[in-house]
Amino acid sequence: MKLQPNKRLDIKELLKDLENYRPKRRGWHWREGRNEPRIVGDFEYHEASEGLTNYVPLPGSRGFHYIDPQPDCVITTEIASGRFEDDVRRMRMAAWHGADHIMVIRTAGQSHIDSLLEGTTQGIGGIAVTRKQVRASRKALDAIEEEVGRPINFHSYISGVAGPDIAVMFAEEGVNGAHQDPQYNVLYRNVNMVRSFVDACEAKKIMAWAGILQIDGAHNANATAMKAWKVRPELMVQHAINSIFSRKVGIKPENIALSTVPPTAPPAPCMRLDLPYAVALRDFFSEYKMRAQQNTKYMESDMREATVTHTLNLVISRLTSADVQSTITPDEGRNVPWHYNNIAAISTAKQALNGLDGLREMVKLDREGPLGVEVRELKERAVLFMEEMLEVGGYFKAVEQGFFIDSGYYPERNGDGIPRQADGGIGVGMLFERDKDYFAPVSVHYGYNNIPAEFGGKASAAIGGDTFEDPSKIVFIDELDENDNVDARLREQSRYYETEFIKPEVEWRADGVVALNLFLPVDERTAEFAAIRCGEKMGLEDVTVVHKQAMHPSEGTYVELKGRVNFDINVNDLVIPEKIPVLSEEEIREDIAANPLFVVAATVGQDEHSVGLKETLDIKHGGVEKFGIKYLYLGTSCPVEKLVDAAIETNAGAILASTIITHDDVHVRNMRKIHELCVEKGIRDKVTLICGGTQVSHEIAREAGMDAGFGRGTKGIDVASFMVKFRRGQA
Amino acid sequence: MKRADDFASRRQHLAGLSDEELKKRFWELAEKIVEPMLELGRTHTTPAVERSVLLRMGFSSLEVKPIVEGVIAKGLMGKGAGNVVWRLSKKLGISVREAGVALSQGQHWDVVDTLF
Repeated sequence: MKLQPNKRLDIKELLKDLENYRPKRRGWHWREGRNEPRIVGDFEYHEASEGLTNYVPLPGSRGFHYIDPQPDCVITTEIASGRFEDDVRRMRMAAWHGADHIMVIRTAGQSHIDSLLEGTTQGIGGIAVTRKQVRASRKALDAIEEEVGRPINFHSYISGVAGPDIAVMFAEEGVNGAHQDPQYNVLYRNVNMVRSFVDACEAKKIMAWAGILQIDGAHNANATAMKAWKVRPELMVQHAINSIFSRKVGIKPENIALSTVPPTAPPAPCMRLDLPYAVALRDFFSEYKMRAQQNTKYMESDMREATVTHTLNLVISRLTSADVQSTITPDEGRNVPWHYNNIAAISTAKQALNGLDGLREMVKLDREGPLGVEVRELKERAVLFMEEMLEVGGYFKAVEQGFFIDSGYYPERNGDGIPRQADGGIGVGMLFERDKDYFAPVSVHYGYNNIPAEFGGKASAAIGGDTFEDPSKIVFIDELDENDNVDARLREQSRYYETEFIKPEVEWRADGVVALNLFLPVDERTAEFAAIRCGEKMGLEDVTVVHKQAMHPSEGTYVELKGRVNFDINVNDLVIPEKIPVLSEEEIREDIAANPLFVVAATVGQDEHSVGLKETLDIKHGGVEKFGIKYLYLGTSCPVEKLVDAAIETNAGAILASTIITHDDVHVRNMRKIHELCVEKGIRDKVTLICGGTQVSHEIAREAGMDAGFGRGTKGIDVASFMVKFRRGQA
Repeated sequence: MKRADDFASRRQHLAGLSDEELKKRFWELAEKIVEPMLELGRTHTTPAVERSVLLRMGFSSLEVKPIVEGVIAKGLMGKGAGNVVWRLSKKLGISVREAGVALSQGQHWDVVDTLF
């Protein structure tokens, strides 16, 4: 399957011949070209990696030749709408924005399913992680990574009572990263703890073979604990247990990553709490990788607030280190993440990491002060925690006594931990001692294996090789559920697959969901119900308030709504003004050489924006100067009278006015004023009037008396081409 | 258990350790904690471990479940489910795949009784 940037991903083609698809590669991929200075555009980056061949840069890159420097660390995004056929499209968007680690979350309760799931049933709060779903997603990512020019790591979870089964399937299907932490099963899924560790041995051994990067589950303690910053000593213990356990099973330290989250968030003085923890962790776990997650514990429905917290988390990543930078979508506090909020989260990471590039060369952590004291204390508390675990008889006894997720700052104890019994939980009684003649005829296996002598120590020789050695032995199962499967879902939505019909969507094709921002001049409670009524009056269905915040107890409330539209749009019915074709550079240059053109330019009104106009003028940015057009630039906040007078004095052929501020339609008024002044002074027929700005369109400008208007994304050539055509009478 | 923060007194024996010594102690304790779990993993198996073996022998998830359940019912988990399938195939002179599929369909379990 080959993708083309101007074509949407064809889901039907993706599903074709899936039963025979084999992934391109195995194992984790780190970004190339890290740890070396790199020139991108006008700048030298010290914490960047190789660039992409296809990408969407940050909006602000307009002022910097649209560069898209890629930070040195892998960037994660979690995608799991419940339908993989929709998720693969979002994965493609994410990859273009700079994500190279795509995590799919398992559907709620999958940890409790004994054996592998099959088919592609619709998930709730995640994807039903099945072989078909994994294979289709990997196939999509194999194509997407070629499109963007960087390998993409695909990731899910190896947990629950089918860990080893899932590990096998992931190894076979080219999954590159996985969460695996037996403590997660024990504490949060109430899987029997002995079983959980025995299963983990086999699962981790398989992961080691497949080169899968392992991420632990310690971050869940942050989310569960009443006061997340109090469990910092325990978090270090949880990280240590899973790290050393994995290493002893056979995973290389460079494939063992700690899932670490800055535990707190503003209005707490989070830096002072989170930074010592981050430093202590990196001191103790210097051989392992850091997967820096963002805080979710204190997230509410305010996306702006979440973004600020996440940006502070990114400062910690840059002040210490991060090998994998995970992102949390800013809407996670209100709904299952929407398409564009995954992109928002990735952009927050990319933007902050770009901005903080090389910070550590200039700012050093001062360990002589309170930081050093705090770091040492955290480490000692963690050591004391483990000492007491051994005193009471080891891990199992400690869990039985509720050592973990206690809200006390260890050694303080509040008696509210999560106790589990070694002889209780899911899957208890399903532990069997291996006999002397126990035999597992596979190439990768943990623990005792009595391989018959005839096979010379190669267990899988008994069966002529296993699926790791001969993938043709892998059995692929297609849909099992007659009604809940991808083909049925595609049929249901066939009106919107490769047709001219579209509907707004946030997570699933044609789901019809839209969001609205409102301000209502009443108190919060009244505003909530008034907002719903507004949504209904606009014709929306299923209207709900997703966020509200009082601006003042009585003066007003800000409300965000979501609702569903019950119409669709035929794109063929749209009247889209044709994009004006531009003349070639040579033709413009020749025309200007034969018939020189002088223009005057300024940002008009009380407006200090200068970037857009300068780019339109300046030779360095491909502005009109490049084609031989001479100009007089009068700067920003220029009165329109001054601009018109300058045009008269210099006998200019055109006026280029820029206007960004649109308060009270001041941009339209300014345009009209320029036109009227030119008429008044008798030069209107001698001078071409052009206006530009982010909220300016050709139509608006024409209506206000200009000859042309240029909006977002305009380049010098567009303006130069227009001026040449206009004076020839062609435009 | 409830306990006030007794860090100041509890830490006394750690106070004299250098940062390096403290780190060494941290990892020694962690190793000690995981030893019993590693040993349990070495000497025990579970339905999930055995299913993972069968999957790699070329069976589907739908096939491996009844095989492992049958092996548990026969009290043969200590031998390994893969071992049962492999020995059955030898005994009957059929392929490993044929032997496993038959077991998953409820056939040949009487022969399984004679394998060990």
